[in-house]
Amino acid sequence: MIAFIVRRFLSMTVVLFSLSVLVFLIFFATPGVDPARRMAGRNATPANIAAIRAEFSLDRPLPIQYVTMMDHIVVQRDVESYTNRGVQVIPEIIRAAPVTLSLVLGASVIWVLASIALGVLSASLRGTIWDPLIMAFALIGVSLPVFWLGMVANLFTQQRWNDTWIFRWVPPLGYTRLTDNPLLWFQHLVIPWIVLSILYVGFYARILRSDLIEKENEDYIRTARAKGISECRVLLRHQLRASLITFVSLFGLDFGALVAGGALLVEVVFGLPGVGRLTYLSLAGLDLPVIMTTVLYGAFVIVIASAVVDVLYAWLDPRTRAS
Amino acid sequence: MTTQAVAISRLRRNRAAMLAAVALVLIAAGTLLAPVYASHVAHTDPFASNLSGTVQIDGLQVPVIQPNASGLGSIPLGPTLRSQYFLGADTQGRDVAARLLYGGRASLLVGIGAALIACLIATLVGLFAGFIGGATDAVVSRTLDIIWAFPIYLLAIALSTVLLTQGLSIGPITIDPQSLWLPILIIGVIYVPYVARPVRGEVIAVRHRDFVEAAIAQGAKRRRLLFREVLPNVIPSVIVIFPLMVATCILTESALSFLSIGVQPPQASWGSLVNDGQTQLYTRPWVSIAPGILITITILALNVLGDGIREAVDPRAKVRTRRLRKTR
Repeated sequence: MIAFIVRRFLSMTVVLFSLSVLVFLIFFATPGVDPARRMAGRNATPANIAAIRAEFSLDRPLPIQYVTMMDHIVVQRDVESYTNRGVQVIPEIIRAAPVTLSLVLGASVIWVLASIALGVLSASLRGTIWDPLIMAFALIGVSLPVFWLGMVANLFTQQRWNDTWIFRWVPPLGYTRLTDNPLLWFQHLVIPWIVLSILYVGFYARILRSDLIEKENEDYIRTARAKGISECRVLLRHQLRASLITFVSLFGLDFGALVAGGALLVEVVFGLPGVGRLTYLSLAGLDLPVIMTTVLYGAFVIVIASAVVDVLYAWLDPRTRAS
Repeated sequence: MTTQAVAISRLRRNRAAMLAAVALVLIAAGTLLAPVYASHVAHTDPFASNLSGTVQIDGLQVPVIQPNASGLGSIPLGPTLRSQYFLGADTQGRDVAARLLYGGRASLLVGIGAALIACLIATLVGLFAGFIGGATDAVVSRTLDIIWAFPIYLLAIALSTVLLTQGLSIGPITIDPQSLWLPILIIGVIYVPYVARPVRGEVIAVRHRDFVEAAIAQGAKRRRLLFREVLPNVIPSVIVIFPLMVATCILTESALSFLSIGVQPPQASWGSLVNDGQTQLYTRPWVSIAPGILITITILALNVLGDGIREAVDPRAKVRTRRLRKTR
């Protein structure tokens, strides 16, 4: 087990290094244009361009530029926005992270519970009208553009039906910290949670259903049935349990991807000041230092998350340690 | 009957997939007829603002941009359900329905173009990496793994923001920041690993099959092995992935355009139209709602058709756990 952890974390370090090189190449070595001009944003002044050239040692060879970039982002942590002078990027990210985490955690609770319920229901109702009906809804869920769904939700909860008893409790768009007012925190986040989770409910329900049906022909299921266990128990204790292995590993990756910035669109639509919205606010002015830092942060989060998932996996299932 | 014929007849019998195909053809035809609609039905230029214009409704001349009841600001015309301004006007006084059709052109073009690029590059990369093996394969696979590890939207955002400042120029090729090629290339490139990895796996599985060995024994050259023996066995899985890839690319394009870093003005796409309507959401919701409905129908139809094609090509197909849409 220890050997596995060491091996996994070594490979993680290699991936982290490669990702940082990739980010560096995207931002500093895309052919054609002067990276200093790019970093200075949409309305660059010559002074800013010169400052950036000095700060990121853009007159020196590429390896030195890379080290300088990493020094600013990881060691000194003093990357500054050039469109909003004086705003340090990394403290902003640290301030925004709990918001993103609140959003993704809540949504993931909904999507895990709902997709397991729908997947199991659909698999057990095979042959009836309900199975294709549930799967049709799952497919619609997978096809909805999340930013648009969020806007439709806003239209009804914030305006059209806001004066009726259904949505009177929905506060205006924004965010309240859990530590300030737990109830208001919850009220702010319920609608974003549901909107964010819908794609994943559809996706996971579809996967779970087909995985459950595939398990139907496995030997151990036949054995369980032969033992005279009730259908319900076979489904929940034997089929579902085996199917959850795929489910859990997918979940880890999706969760990581959302925390890393995948929740951006939902944060933007609902005005939640998370990491994704931070990236979004810098898009209009093409504020590259901010975008570069949030992108690198996101990439790191997702790589670390997938390493943690693998280690948990190996702990749960010793067979995976071997490879 | 050949395998293709069997697959096609199976697809034909799939009613849901056929319905989806019809819906897609109708949507595509509608967007292709955008100029006809704009000039002959709506009588408008969907790209020129029309802030002081008027339109005749029931014999009355109604201004396209009306002063707000509260006296502050102005509010565009709502849906007239007539030939002119069928779905109303946007803040610039432009015809929403006509822009919707033009927007669909850009969305479909970027979606299909990006999916083609992704599938083409991925097939070549997967073919060579899987067939040559060794160090080439190791390098290519690791590179694909790294791109795969990158959160897809962040990668797209990083590439778009970098390229939007001054466009792309490699040697003699220059791509303008406003060009549709930019989102096509960006989205196409980021999805290469999602197609290349399964293709590579398939190539490795096929490489040592008997018919390939037989071709080698006949003294076939490497080019013939690659393109005549291995490639035809990989193509079906690329065909299966393609409609799902188009759906994913359209969804990605709409998200990027919604964030204003996809299709750039003066061009519009469904995503940027949703974005345009954001400020008017509570007063003129149709500006944003309508393009979203079209995105949903298109994606849904592509997903249904994709499922149908997969079942037709491989009837034992299970819904694969392979992720096409990894993040939002």
